[in-house]
Amino acid sequence: MVEMEKQVLTPVNENKPQKATNFKWRNIFRGDNRALWTILALIIILFVDRMVSPTFFTVRMVNGRLTGSLINTLDGAAPIMLLSIGMTLVIATKGVDLSVGAVMAICAAVSAVLINRHEAGSDNILYYPGFVIAIAILVGALCGLWNGILVALFDIQPIIATLILMVAGRGIAQMITDGQSPTYTDETLAYMGQGTIFGMPFPVYVAAIALVVVYLLVRRTALGLLIESVGINAKASHYTGVNATVIKLFVYIISGICAAIAGLIVAGENTYADPHTAGLWSELDAIVAVVIGGTLLSGGRFSLVLSAMGALIIQSLRIGLYISDLHPNANLVVKAIVILLVLLLQSKEFKQAVGRLFKPVLKLRAVFK
Amino acid sequence: MKLVKFCLLLALMVTFVGAVNVKAQDGGEGLTIGFSQIGSESAWRTSFTDAVKAEAEARGINLLFSDAQQQQENQIAAMRAWIAQGDVDAIILAPVVESGWDDVLQEAQDAGIPVVIVDRNVDSDPSLYVTRVSSDFVHEGRLAAAWLVQATSGQCNIVELQGTVGSAAANDRMTGFKEVIALFPGMQIVASETGDFVRAQGKQVMESFLSSMDPSEICAVWAHNDDMAIGAIEAIKEAGLVPGQDILVVSVDAIPDIFDSLDAGEANATVELSPFMGGPAFDAVVATLNGEELPKWIPVAGKLYTSRAAYDADHQ
Ligand SMILES: OC[C@@H]1O[C@@H](O)[C@H](O)[C@H]1O
Repeated sequence: MVEMEKQVLTPVNENKPQKATNFKWRNIFRGDNRALWTILALIIILFVDRMVSPTFFTVRMVNGRLTGSLINTLDGAAPIMLLSIGMTLVIATKGVDLSVGAVMAICAAVSAVLINRHEAGSDNILYYPGFVIAIAILVGALCGLWNGILVALFDIQPIIATLILMVAGRGIAQMITDGQSPTYTDETLAYMGQGTIFGMPFPVYVAAIALVVVYLLVRRTALGLLIESVGINAKASHYTGVNATVIKLFVYIISGICAAIAGLIVAGENTYADPHTAGLWSELDAIVAVVIGGTLLSGGRFSLVLSAMGALIIQSLRIGLYISDLHPNANLVVKAIVILLVLLLQSKEFKQAVGRLFKPVLKLRAVFK
Repeated sequence: MKLVKFCLLLALMVTFVGAVNVKAQDGGEGLTIGFSQIGSESAWRTSFTDAVKAEAEARGINLLFSDAQQQQENQIAAMRAWIAQGDVDAIILAPVVESGWDDVLQEAQDAGIPVVIVDRNVDSDPSLYVTRVSSDFVHEGRLAAAWLVQATSGQCNIVELQGTVGSAAANDRMTGFKEVIALFPGMQIVASETGDFVRAQGKQVMESFLSSMDPSEICAVWAHNDDMAIGAIEAIKEAGLVPGQDILVVSVDAIPDIFDSLDAGEANATVELSPFMGGPAFDAVVATLNGEELPKWIPVAGKLYTSRAAYDADHQ
């Protein structure tokens, strides 16, 4: 019996999730030297942006608001970053959440419809801005719970389970707004997307705080470890007493909450909830951010900080394309190529292959020496 | 006996020919029509969908509606499904992009199902479809440019927010606009990027323009639709400038929201794109089923407006 248990447990031991409680700065970049490459990729892209637009790093204060391409990048990356936080945890459990874009749309729709009632003069306390935000986040959590139930309790493949809400979610959002795209004027909700503190856009703070909170939540407790062990080998972790069901429910709920907040930001930016386009294709951005950040789709070790950096990479790339003179026809292709390059930069196999290519050259040099 | 047989045959033939010649009711009552719509990227698109549905209902047409969510594959798949089932009398197609329709249009034709194009164009041979009901996008671009030339006396650095890449609405508006500003050496497009006809994207693109160049150098934003213009207005405000004054805003569609901006002085002009194209499209279906020949293009007109009052005066 003891023998068998050992065997079952080996996979976990092999991947050795490090002790989370013992905080080490270098653990911030879990994923070993992948961290290096992710950071390098970000620096290169920012550098290219700078070449495209000499004022890329120029930050000015206009009307109490910091402006400049760099600020735009941070601001625009915030929703992707939020999504990527939830997505990282989900992916670490060997799952994926395709529904986040649709959940953004649902929560944006909920917020707009409720706040419209407040604006129409309703006294109902539930329509007050604070409550509207809370309700929208709760709805996001419920969406996450739904995904979690399908995945954890009914054992449906995550890609299919969350596809259901991805497809149905936009329909639900459209039903909530009655097919329209409501606008609102409420300043609190607008603040979610447009507010600033010390000149820095509010969404940047939201994303940063979410990152810190979730980071502490999973790394200062055993949660992170448990999430990784569920991803590496759900069965084995089950034998060691990890309740995989609860862990999975947890990560999908976090993902739903992140999506809800991202939805509130995107709606606030334009004081407008468009069920059709809010968060459209955002799930792809989030997944790419996580992958660029070095978390494997096969689950296990994850790094929230690197995923956030992945989100920054995506947005700096996007902004670079906007300000370049490149014809918009080329946008998608360039985007795909750059992402491919970033992934190649991280691939050990690729770097080895390149190394092998250069070997003959080195040999030749040795001969002539 | 022979005579009886002959008479029977004759009767059969007459009924058969008669059946073929049965006229579709004037309004199209009882017809089943598949409508392949692009999606709902803009407020205009949503009202266009609503208008077509309402028109079908009023006429007693059984409308099969398919929303392609901006994907050409989805549009083609929907059309193939209708063709395969053979249960539609005609197809109305609002194509997302211009190219890539030849095969499916040919398949519809082979199956004897007439296709009417609405709104954006296809670049297929016109023999493959009955007709196209649409506004003149090139004209819209020209009108917008002409207004801007007037307003700036022919001196203006323009940033452009393009619609969906490869769509006729973007291609043609761009063409018309360029044609006119080409006559004025002081008018130039200094930056151009797609915002995909979406409000949030219009804002993001405008934000990056405002950051990557000196905002005081930008005299106007020309947006291929109102939604992107509204996003741009938001970005201009956040950059501490006054939209409609520091930077002029001109766009296309005439959706309800843009009139709020026009009346607040934050937008300057919009070119109307009528969402009421369902009526003429259904008329075209009925006409073609009745064997009538139709011109290959049925234009729908639109004017340029600078205020709600002016628009309302025309749409009593
Ligand atoms: O094809 C017409 C264009 O498509 C829509 O999405 C735009 O709003 C409209 O101007």
